[in-house]
Amino acid sequence: MTATLPAAASAPQRSGSRPSRPARTRRGRRNALTGWLFALPTALFVLLLFGLPLALVLQMSASDWPLLGGNQGFNLPQNYVDAIDNRFFLDSVWFTLKYTVLTTVILLALSLGLAMLVQESTRWKGLLRTSFLVPSALGLASASLLFYVIYSPIAGPFAGLMKAWGFTFLGTPDGALWSTIFLIVWRYAGFYMLLMLVGLQGIPDDVYEAARIDGASRWQTFRSVTIPLLRPTLALTTVLCVTGSLLAFEQFYILTKGGPDNSTITVVQLIYGIAFQGQNDLGVAGALSVIVLLALVVINIAQIRAFGKKAED
Amino acid sequence: MTSRNRRMTRAAALLAAGALTIGLAACSTGSSDPESSLADAGVEGVDDGTTLTLWTRAPLEKQANLLVDAYNESHENQVELTVVPNDDYVAKVGAAAGSNGLPDLFAADIVYVPNWVKQGLFQDITANIDGFDFKDDINKGHLSAGTLDDKEYVLPFVLDLSMLFWNKDLATEAGLDAEAGPANLEEFAEWAKAIQGLNKPDTYGTATGLNCGGCLVFTWFPSSWADGQEVLSDDGTESLLASDTSKEIYSTWKDLWDSGAVLPSSKDEAGPTWTAAFTEGKVGIMPYPATLLSSTPFDVGVSGLVGPEGGASTFVGGDGIGVSKDSKKAAQAWNFLSWMMSEDAQVGVLAKDNDVVSRSDLADNEYSQKDPRLITINEVAGQGDTPVAINFQQAFNAPNSPWLTMVRNAVLGDADSIDADNDEITAVLSQ
Repeated sequence: MTATLPAAASAPQRSGSRPSRPARTRRGRRNALTGWLFALPTALFVLLLFGLPLALVLQMSASDWPLLGGNQGFNLPQNYVDAIDNRFFLDSVWFTLKYTVLTTVILLALSLGLAMLVQESTRWKGLLRTSFLVPSALGLASASLLFYVIYSPIAGPFAGLMKAWGFTFLGTPDGALWSTIFLIVWRYAGFYMLLMLVGLQGIPDDVYEAARIDGASRWQTFRSVTIPLLRPTLALTTVLCVTGSLLAFEQFYILTKGGPDNSTITVVQLIYGIAFQGQNDLGVAGALSVIVLLALVVINIAQIRAFGKKAED
Repeated sequence: MTSRNRRMTRAAALLAAGALTIGLAACSTGSSDPESSLADAGVEGVDDGTTLTLWTRAPLEKQANLLVDAYNESHENQVELTVVPNDDYVAKVGAAAGSNGLPDLFAADIVYVPNWVKQGLFQDITANIDGFDFKDDINKGHLSAGTLDDKEYVLPFVLDLSMLFWNKDLATEAGLDAEAGPANLEEFAEWAKAIQGLNKPDTYGTATGLNCGGCLVFTWFPSSWADGQEVLSDDGTESLLASDTSKEIYSTWKDLWDSGAVLPSSKDEAGPTWTAAFTEGKVGIMPYPATLLSSTPFDVGVSGLVGPEGGASTFVGGDGIGVSKDSKKAAQAWNFLSWMMSEDAQVGVLAKDNDVVSRSDLADNEYSQKDPRLITINEVAGQGDTPVAINFQQAFNAPNSPWLTMVRNAVLGDADSIDADNDEITAVLSQ
């Protein structure tokens, strides 16, 4: 494989010295073949790990498919009707959107703040960067279990406090939502800080110097220099954070199980519930998955367009 | 270059062919094992040193381990036990059923058994069960849950009964008759309040799992049955949980909750720790699973669950077990089931561990004679019930079930939507 690399790389140079036409096409074809071979492993992976499961979900969403009974044949519009008619559909969509907006705003603002703090501070840089990043080393499910214990009114370290003050972290709808957001912020702030830090370091120093010479205040520098030049990073982090939050599952599955009183059911949890906890209907769950997939595609196109347009202004 | 490309193509083709051959070889070794069926199993089954697989869910881990260890010690066949967390069990079985990868034997929560039998996950073992001369003594609730169109698919694996348990020390301290126990639901509430009235730190009158549909089904249905009130229609498609008896049960618990006699964490208890506080001696009296009798470290009193008018009943829960549709070693698997129903297993393993036996002719045995509480439990087992409904999981056990909504509204809320919530349960049951 390595032996073909230099040959392929040198081909364009030689073609510049006007070889005869047939030789050029033959070489071109050969190059194309090599290119396809290089792309083949990735293509196979995409096909096996994305294409096939997607096709299966599409088939499920079009079939009457109970979990325990297997495929029972075609059931097309009905699965989608049932998915939208589910008594938790609207609640879960609304809750997921609310959670996404809250998480994205808090997480991005905080991680940008942390990144600037780390960049400004000279003395504690290493310590700060490490301490913010450490939670990212923990898997989300493990982090959720850790917080499940911390929030527990029986076994947790705050059990005494909760009893004295008469509240529980996960006992009320708002408490459960904010407790989960806190977990997510704790878990992901370091990761997004790192992305922001890379973005900040990509801004050349002379721009800041020019701003200083023009007598810009700190706030003006931040608004008119940092934010516009950070736009690609902000776009990346927003897309990541929004997509991640819309697909929230583990944290709620472990911490709240959708409770209390069904107030914290996200869309993915609803899909899981329909498939495995109760209705056991893979057809309806598949239909809901397809709806979520389409919504994600639309939302992400909108986000990328929005950020792209601003960049042109 | 051309030859190099060709060589690469050839190598790739070789690799692909190799992978295919290995795949095929794997398939053929899988199917070359000798198959055995239930028809040639007889009463005893076949014990020829086969390795069998068995799945069960975590709450019955202790009993399953005891049974499997005793079987492996005394038989040529060896059973490999896999214990799955309660919440993941349905998903795991579902995935395995879809890919024809079920183990030889698997247990199922008895309330899911009617649905799983209907979906064809178990093999018909009617003829084999008919071979037992003690067939009429096998627990009726479990057998009927696993019966479809007069064919039997499931035997009782472990019985779990809900009983009223009280901490004798706390009861005596509160001036109650610790030997007798409460006679009806009203007295139960009085007991809970009296123990709460001791004002001991960290000690509460009673406890339950108010965010755990399965726990509530298990502990509250029997209070209706004790009064002769059914909770489901015979075909399992209509909910009768808005009856006067049921409403009285909810209002008793609401009264207990409002007066602060219920362990506060009961409100959010989703199941994993619903019995923990009682086991730690922090709760006075509560409906409790009888399987935990052997692991309760202090002296407890036991009776059947009482209704508003008295009486006694129990939820005959636990797990049924059958031979899976995918088992190629059905005759060997039957050997395990046949042994499991024998006196050796029922008395020598289960009764010895203070568990309930699933054969009524063995209820009075050398171990139960030592502990009158076991006789109480075995007697109440005969008066108990097992509800049968195809959509049971969705209506009652699921984390977002309408049953949970109803109980939470009735006990933690203002209790004015019981009838509407009950209609929601019926809507799910009749789907």
